Amino acid sequence: MYSDKVMDHFSNPRNVGELPDANAVGQVGNPKCGDIMKIYMKIEDDIIKDIRFKTFGCGAAIATSSMATELVKGKTIKEALAMTNKAVVEALEGLPPAKIHCSVLAEQGIKSAIADYYKRQGIDPEPIVGCVCDCNHCHTEH
Amino acid sequence: MTKFVYADNAGTTSISKTALDAMMPYLTEYYGNPSSIYSLGRKSRAALDSARETVAAALNAKPEEIFFTGGGTEADNWAIRAALEKMSAKGKHIITSAIEHHAVGHTLSALEKKGYEVTYLPVDEKGQISLQELEKAVRDDTALVTIMMANNEIGTILPIADIAKIAKSRGALFHTDAVQAVGHIPVDVKALDVDMLSLAAHKFRGPKGVGALYVKKGHAIPAFIIGGGQERGRRSGTENVAGIVGMAAALEDAVRNMDENIAKITRMRDRLIAELSKIPYSRLTGDPVNRLPGTASFVFECIEGESLVLSLDAKGICASSGSACSSASLDPSHVLLAIGLKHEVAHGSLRLTVNEANTEEDIDYILEVLPPIISRLRDMSPLWEEKMNVRV
Repeated sequence: MYSDKVMDHFSNPRNVGELPDANAVGQVGNPKCGDIMKIYMKIEDDIIKDIRFKTFGCGAAIATSSMATELVKGKTIKEALAMTNKAVVEALEGLPPAKIHCSVLAEQGIKSAIADYYKRQGIDPEPIVGCVCDCNHCHTEH
Repeated sequence: MTKFVYADNAGTTSISKTALDAMMPYLTEYYGNPSSIYSLGRKSRAALDSARETVAAALNAKPEEIFFTGGGTEADNWAIRAALEKMSAKGKHIITSAIEHHAVGHTLSALEKKGYEVTYLPVDEKGQISLQELEKAVRDDTALVTIMMANNEIGTILPIADIAKIAKSRGALFHTDAVQAVGHIPVDVKALDVDMLSLAAHKFRGPKGVGALYVKKGHAIPAFIIGGGQERGRRSGTENVAGIVGMAAALEDAVRNMDENIAKITRMRDRLIAELSKIPYSRLTGDPVNRLPGTASFVFECIEGESLVLSLDAKGICASSGSACSSASLDPSHVLLAIGLKHEVAHGSLRLTVNEANTEEDIDYILEVLPPIISRLRDMSPLWEEKMNVRV
């Protein structure tokens, strides 16, 4: 049911772990729903210099986390915010319909970390990042 | 060469050589329709009659009490609908448990929409219903009590003889889904005194797509499939002769070797339980004592079951999980929630089910491979990180 690409990112996830000097940390999802993603970023001059993730969830949740971190690594905040869940799905060569919410969660995870970056600087993230939806929102979208 | 260990025998089993050998002639040279009167047809008829006797003997039933079906789900559907039609004068109330297989559970929820009332008896943390609660739940208008003999996810064996007695004392019919029990633990329909019982061949090393419904003599149940009048007019359609022959051969084998198999399988199961229960924040699910010989079911906190199953698959091990992500829904299995597990814990379920085709080497391999997989998944889990931080 999963593409080879999904299985590759599940078995050998990129950027997994924590980032001790992170200046942006976001967490989305909840344990009740069965998936949580925590994203750590080191942002310098508006560029995501480094990124790590930790995920509790199914194969798709781990693979989308891995792919999303790959897609935004080294990119500007603006570019990262433009990354959609669809881009994650495409980069993974597709996801089963029931797993699309995992890609939404990955997109939200990236946004949540960037929102934290602004918050730490006393800037209201909502006009820039938009609403970082919770898990239930994601689940109604598929 | 990568190893291959099949540990999902509650899902389905490999077909035994005995069953396959018994089937082959009916897939090749003896292709006659059992309803034909010439000798080729009579050959198939004789095979059916003999299979019926074998299946009946394995359950301590009479041959005329056995109806062949297209599997366990069909037998469950038929039993429930037939019982309600037969008992329509008594009422529209049904009693079941909260941990039934969907073949029963979803049939009943469909009937609820058509005006039937269903009482779902809760279960305790072991997956056992309370007999006192059952007694309280049975009413004058209770038409049917249907409760499984053994649970497919957690392996709990329910006291069917006691349950049947209570149901029947109030004039209700009693059906049990014994799909996980038959061929694995002794099943004697006379001793249990059940009215109806479902079984499926592929759970005891027979072929898929064939099963049977036992119906106690004297209960003239209505037909389920109308047509050419096969199965004494109750279940029409040209019989799956090879499948039925394979089922009978597999069941005969399973019953003949049951004591030996139970001893061997229980040893393997108990090793899995003893060793895997040592993993921190893990626990056995289901009844530790009244338990199917081959079922080792667990929850591992802070990880998700589908990830576990996929990781095991990468190492050549077939297992299953009741996590939400391993199904189409977003909720973990109703069984795991019914035994009182929190959603987040139920997501980390793993079921390893062994049978006589497994070896102690298979268990060695599972015990070698599984703990590092759990560690790896926990290391990348934010929930595990939280748990460890709280502990320190």
